[in-house]
Amino acid sequence: MWEQIRANKRNSFLLLFFMALLLAGLGYAIAEVYAPGHGVSGLVIALTLWALLALMSLFGGSNILLLVSHARQVSRTDAPQLFNVVEEMAIASGQPLPKIYVIDSEAPNAFAAGRKPENSLVAVTSGLLKKLNRDELQGVIAHEMAHIANRDVMYVTIAGILVGSVVLISQIFLRTFIFSGGGGRRSSNKSGGSAQGVFLILALVLSILGPIFARLLYFALSREREYLADANGAQFTRYPEGLASALEKISNDTAPLEAANSVTAPMYIINPLKKAGRAAQNLSSTHPPIQTRIRILRSMAGGASLQNYNQAWRQVLGDKGNLIPPGTLNSSQPVDLRKTSTMEPDQATARRQQVQGVNDLVEKINRYTFLACACGLKLKIPPAVKEKQLTCPRCGRLNELPVAELAALGAMASKLGGTGKGTPGPDRPPAEDSLRFVRKEKGWTSFQCRCNNTISLSPAFSADKTTCRKCKRTIEIVNS
Amino acid sequence: MTTAFSLILLAVLVFVVVFAIGLYNNLVRFRNQVKNAWSQIDVQLKRRHDLIPNLVETAKGYVKHERETLDSVTRARNLASGAQGAAQASEAESQLSGALGQFFLVVENYPDLKANQNFLALQEELTSTENKIGFARQFYNDQVLGLNNRIQMFPSSILAGMFNFREEEFFEIESAVERETPEVKF
Repeated sequence: MWEQIRANKRNSFLLLFFMALLLAGLGYAIAEVYAPGHGVSGLVIALTLWALLALMSLFGGSNILLLVSHARQVSRTDAPQLFNVVEEMAIASGQPLPKIYVIDSEAPNAFAAGRKPENSLVAVTSGLLKKLNRDELQGVIAHEMAHIANRDVMYVTIAGILVGSVVLISQIFLRTFIFSGGGGRRSSNKSGGSAQGVFLILALVLSILGPIFARLLYFALSREREYLADANGAQFTRYPEGLASALEKISNDTAPLEAANSVTAPMYIINPLKKAGRAAQNLSSTHPPIQTRIRILRSMAGGASLQNYNQAWRQVLGDKGNLIPPGTLNSSQPVDLRKTSTMEPDQATARRQQVQGVNDLVEKINRYTFLACACGLKLKIPPAVKEKQLTCPRCGRLNELPVAELAALGAMASKLGGTGKGTPGPDRPPAEDSLRFVRKEKGWTSFQCRCNNTISLSPAFSADKTTCRKCKRTIEIVNS
Repeated sequence: MTTAFSLILLAVLVFVVVFAIGLYNNLVRFRNQVKNAWSQIDVQLKRRHDLIPNLVETAKGYVKHERETLDSVTRARNLASGAQGAAQASEAESQLSGALGQFFLVVENYPDLKANQNFLALQEELTSTENKIGFARQFYNDQVLGLNNRIQMFPSSILAGMFNFREEEFFEIESAVERETPEVKF
């Protein structure tokens, strides 16, 4: 991951470079329009404006941020668990321990700030502490520590200021241009007239399109950084489900965060200014849609490494590119998932599980079929379903329905109903040789053992043999 | 002609030296990070040893019928804190992890103990310490991988040989239970 941070810096640097180029071009063109031959000084003025604003916000930024969000620093005795979790993630990411702040707000949210890891800070709301369990809190803190380790706060601030400068300069130019009628300087320099015309058009185009481009670049940068922080967060905790379920809880929460505004919004783990029900990917959002982030985290089959995240990212977004440069992917180690921590499930979860148990029972009586998706969700299939494939609503995987099992159930049902013979099962793949089954697909597959017992293999099944539950024969599974 | 040639030669020489300095600093940085990560593991292991007597003391009053479990935790703890050398230490630490796991399983049967504030605080501390050991090990192994890669790979291998950088060993503490991969079958 250390190579990744470097590659990351390069990418962001490139983006920043393009934005700075835009700003410089804008300054140059505008200066040429008003004072021909002094383009360079315009360029210098534009860049100086940016540098000044950036320095100001970088050195005073976190203090202002803390002030407007009413955060207070906490010690180990105030919030021992929060303290422990932050310490754990500081160790996992190899960063110094950041200062820890709590914001009194019911809305669950968190942000990281600080231009260097040495003087960084993590702030969480009291609502977050109340609503999340330990694993979920760990996921959120891991995401924030990843922002710190990747130096995201600095890039987002610099890029944000850059966008601000472009917008400011364009606005000033457009207003003065409109008010002065645009034609006042036509006679000022006859020899440079055509060159000036070119610069006038250039300045106009840049000041109209520039702010739009700068904003889009900024949002793209911000979104990519969110995905990367998720990837690193999963790697730090070795438990992507923690962050996924935290994101789910946070996004389902309706309490508004009073202290957030559009300036501080990109700093938070999820956009605190979210509008209800807006799930679509939007070019002008600072955060990727939460549902997509959750899906990616839950599709990380069998590992918590950057490879796993990259693979899941491509699978969910249907993207041909890579989130993480391939060089980094090859040099990073595989990371195993860890188990859930031994901590007690909170009361709400326990009650929900109880209700789910009762629901399951009722549905079983009504001949629903249960199908375990590889992401851990239990799909409940009503008896009337005719499709052969089903999309998991949680992770978006295509799951093959165990047709043979469904048919067997149907047969049993009709037998119970006394309507004579059950309908013959649909075209299920027969076992080539009863003690050897060639698995052709990755999804759910079913076959019949010699004793007519139906055996279903889940997508997660990876052993090379299985035992028939009825006749205890060992059946070899060959993956083709 | 000769001045141009010597200038080019000088430029190449300067470039090589600057490049070598960069490589050397990189090696030093990794070596220090490995050291730092190792001390982090050490700190957490010690912290665990310090927490266990308190835990046993708190639990004693509640779990009278589980002497065996408590004793095995204390024994494993004493063994671990007195261990000499990395191999012995990692063996003892994994035994301690196993004993603690067993203890927390037993605790599930004692609701009174689980409601004790003191015990809850200790449990949180121990859980966190266990996590920190895990994360510190993970970070340590990452750094060792980085250092070893640089020592073996060209061109930093030349400098590593010249300045006597040694490859470090990975820290494996996984108990037999942890190593076992669960077989998934529905």
